[in-house]
Amino acid sequence: MILESRTRMSARRKREIRNGYLFLIPSLAGTGGFVLIPFLDVIRRSFLRAVGNGFVGLENYRHVLENEAFLLAAGNTAGFMAVCLPLLLGISLLLAVLVGRIKVLRHQMKAGFLLPMAIPAASVVVFFKLMFAGNGWLTGVVTYFGGTGKDWLGEGSAFWILTACYIWKNLGYDMILWLSGLLSIPEEQYEAARVQGAGEWKCFLYITLPQLRETAFVTALLSFVNAFRVFREAYLLAGDYPHESIYMLQHLFNNWFVSLDIQKMTAAAVMLVLLTGGILGAGEWYEIRRRKAEERRI
Amino acid sequence: MQENGTRSAEGKRRREGYKRGILWIVTVLFLFAMIFPFVILISGSLMGKQELSELYGAVFSGQSGQAGFRFFPMYPTLRAYVRLLLDSPEYFTAFWNSLIQAAGVLTGQLLTAVPAAWAFAQFRFPGKRVLWMLYLLLVLLPFQVTMVSGYLVLNALHLLDTRWAVILPGAFSTLPVFILQKTFAGIPKEVTEAAQIDGAGPLRIFFTIGLPLGKPGIFSILILGFLEYWNAIEQPMTYLKAEELRPLSLYLPQMANTETAAAFAASIVTLLPALLLFFSGQDSLERGIAMSGGYSGGGENG
Repeated sequence: MILESRTRMSARRKREIRNGYLFLIPSLAGTGGFVLIPFLDVIRRSFLRAVGNGFVGLENYRHVLENEAFLLAAGNTAGFMAVCLPLLLGISLLLAVLVGRIKVLRHQMKAGFLLPMAIPAASVVVFFKLMFAGNGWLTGVVTYFGGTGKDWLGEGSAFWILTACYIWKNLGYDMILWLSGLLSIPEEQYEAARVQGAGEWKCFLYITLPQLRETAFVTALLSFVNAFRVFREAYLLAGDYPHESIYMLQHLFNNWFVSLDIQKMTAAAVMLVLLTGGILGAGEWYEIRRRKAEERRI
Repeated sequence: MQENGTRSAEGKRRREGYKRGILWIVTVLFLFAMIFPFVILISGSLMGKQELSELYGAVFSGQSGQAGFRFFPMYPTLRAYVRLLLDSPEYFTAFWNSLIQAAGVLTGQLLTAVPAAWAFAQFRFPGKRVLWMLYLLLVLLPFQVTMVSGYLVLNALHLLDTRWAVILPGAFSTLPVFILQKTFAGIPKEVTEAAQIDGAGPLRIFFTIGLPLGKPGIFSILILGFLEYWNAIEQPMTYLKAEELRPLSLYLPQMANTETAAAFAASIVTLLPALLLFFSGQDSLERGIAMSGGYSGGGENG
């Protein structure tokens, strides 16, 4: 009897496995064919010489790591992430808390905040040029107050302009994500805390923040993905070789591609995949450990 | 004593009022900053050639002096729109290209990403955890990292410089899988199990339970996907060389450099489809984004 039910279970289990893969297959075949398998070729090529296909070991990797443009671009990309991600996450959380309390016109407000997402990069660039060109509005305002204007995009300030552009584009999206997290926290918890005399700041610190962990993960992840897309605006604003403060990995890859520097591209791509995969793996390991520890506590 | 009490209550109410006022002012200021560029684009699109050149000529066509600022056009006219709609065939070719490109990618994503998200959310199978991590890795990598591998395949398949070069890689993007997985995972197991007991097969459950309940999520990946591929720059720039295949996102910047007067109107017309889709589905979009907000890990049970 038991044995019979067990074999029946395993037949059911087999069916589940088969069905799971059936749903996954179209996507898996595509990603496999267009990304995963060709990437194996990329790995192979990263160890080869440009002409003649000779094996050169880690030579290409050494070339990349000694390449000044690579170091600049990698540093800039990391710097951009380090500055713009916390800024965006902080401001959008603040905004979500504000908008969450507003009862009237909330729908229209959300629409307004989401609007920048729909504006094409080329149109964004028209506005940014008006604003930050050497004889644009910012210069106008600065000269009015007795300062001297400059081409804001041709200097270190370009970094901050790009940061502003990124935040402007993604604020609404992140705000909606945070709002969903905020709404999932039961109101009773706040009421109970308030009865015990907790102020608003304390409520935020001890009730809101801890329960936003999971939302924070997704929001940070999607913001990171979107941060790479700011290349569009950067590229349209300043072209292949922008001011060196905003010369990103995307610019570098693009320029390598144009000059057909496949060896450097493959080696750099492999390194970036290893780095991202490593961070992801470490995060996963940490999460599993945390969950196990939590289970033990319960 | 009693008087004291009412006074403090009144003070409290007043403080609440102030707080509410500040809240409103801050939010409205934020909102204004957010939509300001949009307003400027609209206002520019309603200006005549003469007015645009006087105001913005300094920035766009290298005239001397300083760009002027004007909120509302002094002599509003629809001439820029008329000119754009009547005699710029190139703009329409580009518009059409963008539309085909976005529609192709979205169709592909519907056919592949939706079932894949369903698989990750509803089934337990060996290798799920690893595959999920792999998908997540692909979400995180910027286009430039997979640019060479994409190029190698497209080249081998002789698809470079065809519409498929942008459509196919986009159709297999893993980002929608990631966004949608959470929506599907939110469907309680009891619902699908009940259907199973009633004798419904996996396909039937997917079509009659998964799709209807996942509608907001599906709608939101479609809108997000549309915005992404309507504005795609890197992919067409890398994989398309032929002028006649160029989408709007590549044609518009060039237009902004050569004919500024039409560029404002062109910007507005370009963002119209995105805007229409956006407002017609704002609720779904919001709910879809919100549903992707909680994370519990795709392969939790795997």
